[in-house]
Amino acid sequence: MINKLLILIAVTVTFVNIPAYAQTRDVTITRQWARASIGTMRPTAAYLTITNNGKDAVILDRIKTKIAAMAHIHNSTTNAKGISSMAPAGEIRIEPNQSVTLQPSGLHIMLMDLQRPLIKGDSFELTLIFENGQHITTDVPVLAISARGPKE
Amino acid sequence: MLRVFTYLLIAISMIAISIFIGWWQVDGPGTKAPASTIPVSLTQMEFSLKDHENNQVSARSLLGKPAMVFFGFTYCPDICPTTLENISRWLDELGPDAEKFNAILVSVDPERDTPKVLAEYISYFHPMIRGWTGSLTELDKMMAGFAAKYERVPLGKDDYTINHSAGVYLFAEDGSFVSIIDSHEDAKMALTKIHRAIKSP
Ligand SMILES: [Cu+2]
Repeated sequence: MINKLLILIAVTVTFVNIPAYAQTRDVTITRQWARASIGTMRPTAAYLTITNNGKDAVILDRIKTKIAAMAHIHNSTTNAKGISSMAPAGEIRIEPNQSVTLQPSGLHIMLMDLQRPLIKGDSFELTLIFENGQHITTDVPVLAISARGPKE
Repeated sequence: MLRVFTYLLIAISMIAISIFIGWWQVDGPGTKAPASTIPVSLTQMEFSLKDHENNQVSARSLLGKPAMVFFGFTYCPDICPTTLENISRWLDELGPDAEKFNAILVSVDPERDTPKVLAEYISYFHPMIRGWTGSLTELDKMMAGFAAKYERVPLGKDDYTINHSAGVYLFAEDGSFVSIIDSHEDAKMALTKIHRAIKSP
């Protein structure tokens, strides 16, 4: 009797969890890291890879994190004359079975108006909010100012 | 009949004149010299800046050793630290040869980057890298010599960012311009150019 009850509970829990489970597995965040900041006056940047394993394209709407009052997605580019500039990246759309990588000298999450300094060795929570309402929160390790990629 | 002929003549002359003016400006002697895209020799540059230890520096300070010079600013969260990290790696690769170089970050944001701020910023990178900045007038003189550009661009409410030439400029020890390492070039290509700067003239 108890066994049957346990199975029933297990089945129910599994069943109930399926949608949430599938949703978090549809889009995954990997290779996340942020560059340490110099105090709180200067902005810094965070980088990560967003992979869409789902059937529908997803569009990144915005970023939320307690560490920065403003977290915007920017793109750094260098033109034919060798002049680099940085501007809001516009729509980040990830097609099914595709991923988008934010990395130095390109797409980055610009963390502005820092609420506390980002210290090497620390980590902080960052939430990606997609247009379909999906939220993904990830823990972002802070690497050295001179870091160039995530720890392997 | 004569009147029609006169109008025709005037029309033809006007067309001819405008073609001539066009030619004069575009291909003829009236052509403006194109702005140089290559830096002049350091010996031809006149500017005066401060380094991160408050020493007066000029183009002449770079003579006697090959130099790598990069423009940036400390509020730049992406391109600048990445380039400084590249330079740090190249200097590491050079080993003892790194001592033979002048490696300079020139801040194009003197309003926010005082020598003291620059000193802290460069301390996170290779110890050979030095920081320079100064008045906008002096920076403009330097940028003109380098055929480099920078432009302040608003970012949000009261913030700004600076678009700037992002290459690493290489000069030989006699001040002659050697090459620019573009931001997309790999370490191997960069080191080839750096060795060229060491060997020349
Ligand atoms: Cu940015």
